[in-house]
Amino acid sequence: MQDVLKKKSMEKRILAPRDSRETIGNINVPNPRMVCRNVNVYYDDKQAIRNVSIDIGSNEVLAMIGPSGCGKSTFLRCLNRMNDTIESCRVNGQIFFDGSNIYDPSVDVVPLRAQIGMVFQKPNPFPKSIYENVSWAPIIHGLVETKADADEIVETSLHKAGLWDEVKDRLGQPGTGLSGGQQQRLCIARAIAVSPEVILMDEPCSALDPIATAKIEDLIDELREQYTIVIVTHSMQQASRVSQRTAFFHLGDLIEVGSTGTVFTKPSHQLTEDYITGRYG
Amino acid sequence: MDLGTRKILDRSFTAVGVTSILLMAMALLVVIVPIFSNGIGAIFFKGTIEHRKLQYNEFRKGNPDVLQQQITETDSYRNNAFSIVEAFEAEMEGMEPGEKKKEYASQYTSVRKILAHLLGPLPGDMEPILLRYQYGATRWEKAEEALHELMFVTKWDYSDPTKMATQYFVPRADEFAGTALADLFPYMENNLEKMLLPEQTFYWGFITERSLDAHIFGGIWAEIQGTFFLAVGAMLFAFPLGVIAAIYFTEYAKDNFFTSILRSANSTLAGVPSIVFGLFGLAFFINTMKVSESKSVLAGSLTLAIMILPTIIRAAEEAILAVPKTYKEASLGLGSTKWRTIVTVILPAALPGIITGGIISLGRAAGETAPIIFTAAVSVGATIGLADVFNSPTPALSWNIYNLASEHEAANEIRHVQYGMVLALISIVLLLNLSAILLRARISQKLKG
Repeated sequence: MQDVLKKKSMEKRILAPRDSRETIGNINVPNPRMVCRNVNVYYDDKQAIRNVSIDIGSNEVLAMIGPSGCGKSTFLRCLNRMNDTIESCRVNGQIFFDGSNIYDPSVDVVPLRAQIGMVFQKPNPFPKSIYENVSWAPIIHGLVETKADADEIVETSLHKAGLWDEVKDRLGQPGTGLSGGQQQRLCIARAIAVSPEVILMDEPCSALDPIATAKIEDLIDELREQYTIVIVTHSMQQASRVSQRTAFFHLGDLIEVGSTGTVFTKPSHQLTEDYITGRYG
Repeated sequence: MDLGTRKILDRSFTAVGVTSILLMAMALLVVIVPIFSNGIGAIFFKGTIEHRKLQYNEFRKGNPDVLQQQITETDSYRNNAFSIVEAFEAEMEGMEPGEKKKEYASQYTSVRKILAHLLGPLPGDMEPILLRYQYGATRWEKAEEALHELMFVTKWDYSDPTKMATQYFVPRADEFAGTALADLFPYMENNLEKMLLPEQTFYWGFITERSLDAHIFGGIWAEIQGTFFLAVGAMLFAFPLGVIAAIYFTEYAKDNFFTSILRSANSTLAGVPSIVFGLFGLAFFINTMKVSESKSVLAGSLTLAIMILPTIIRAAEEAILAVPKTYKEASLGLGSTKWRTIVTVILPAALPGIITGGIISLGRAAGETAPIIFTAAVSVGATIGLADVFNSPTPALSWNIYNLASEHEAANEIRHVQYGMVLALISIVLLLNLSAILLRARISQKLKG
């Protein structure tokens, strides 16, 4: 009862116009791959992200956690400018990728999105064959010239996604005919086929069963060696299993950042602790 | 509401639903069954030797040796009839002029007419110019009707002024009793089959041959081809335009006043009566734009295209909107451009719906009459070549069905042609719709796996 009242009063306070809350923890990392500074996101008049600054290191898995509606997916979608597709969405602030601001008007989102790949919540293979699903993006980006090139990319990508042995005999069949977990790994293979540097994953396991989830988590761990991964998840266990750093969002604010071990064992902020211990969420 | 009431309501709703579906099915049967049974008669009927002569003379179809043999065979019987006629003519020559002779002469004229209708030109007749008088009855059921007319004079009984006149038949033989011609009637009755040699005929040429003498003989190929040209021509214009417009509406148009006007204009256009499109086509494409001197397939196609455009746009729009947003996200997330996303991801996924809409519109274009009355259709016309579509009008099934039913001089004589056309048109539309269903199933199967 006490908690409920506390939560209510907290929400009331937060819904009123207010300044952003300060982030606890060290947002900086050595050799960052992406640097986000003072990012604000608005849907029409509603502010979804308030003044978020965070670095994303090379070859790390950054987990973003937080209660529903906290803005973690919105923030993730800022990182490869997928929010451009939503008409009412405005972004200000700076996000640097390899030194250049991706929100600079001169930036072309097409190559950017190839470098910063994305895996979505619901497995969404194209209604094409497994082979075409993987080879499609390399072909449109001109990464392949011959059929042999394409074959090679398809094979290595599927290998990396841990799907090759399961589908090598039926590459011509539709990707939509695979199981949910296989479809999601196909989507990962599709994303890595264009050799991205960063892979954004928006709750990639929320539609999967525990076994498929375990496979994807193992895969994320392997992929870390080559790629930088940012993953949004609702599962605290998943965040603690796969990530090196964790960022906790709450109602548009980045409340706390730190190494996953620290955030989960010794959270500094009361909200983080409440969330992690399951008092709300 | 308690359980009992709910159950009763559920059941009564089911009953009402099933009844309405049954009513619809019955209405369909009432329309389809006569069309089918009468229409099939245009292709499958008892054809006489006259039909085979016509086929050989006009289209070089059939075996000339067999035909010659049959002609010789029938002629032997016909000659007997003709000699009776000649004998009667000689008898008439010798008659005293007067009322009696006049009466005979007038009756005899009808007999000759009917005989010519049955057997073709009689000896001594001038070679007729119109094809319809060059041959006798080509269909056995028409021959039987003519025979009845030959055997009996139709008279009307007006004796009771309070009632409608009743029809009664007087044997013609009675009128000629005592003359040489009296023998003709029993002879014809007994030997008509031998004079005409009716055979069960499968006249495929009804579909593939041109009409002869304004549909009195021959087939309906010109109409089928015209319908095909018009419908396909309309699709050539409307389909690409419609799909492009749908892409604009769904992917590019912002939600503002201008697009909402465009959208409602599109919906309004879909509800405009087709005759208005016909007048528009005449006023705009022929009189203003002068796409052709006068009626032409091109003008008709353009008019039909304008008519089906809103339907195609609507269908394509629905199909594109039905494509899961996730496909689009996946494609954009991989760094594909908007245009490429549309062309390689969204359109293929929307294809079944777009094609279904297209084919159903094609069916509608094939069946519409009003838009082509002023812009493309003629009642009687030859088969046109592909090069003529820019300046020639064409006969077309929909228009010619109307024409044959209401305006043709021998409408009653050629009901079978009319039904055949209706059957052909319905078959074309049904085939198109069926192929739409199959194509859709096939493509979605391929996409789903």
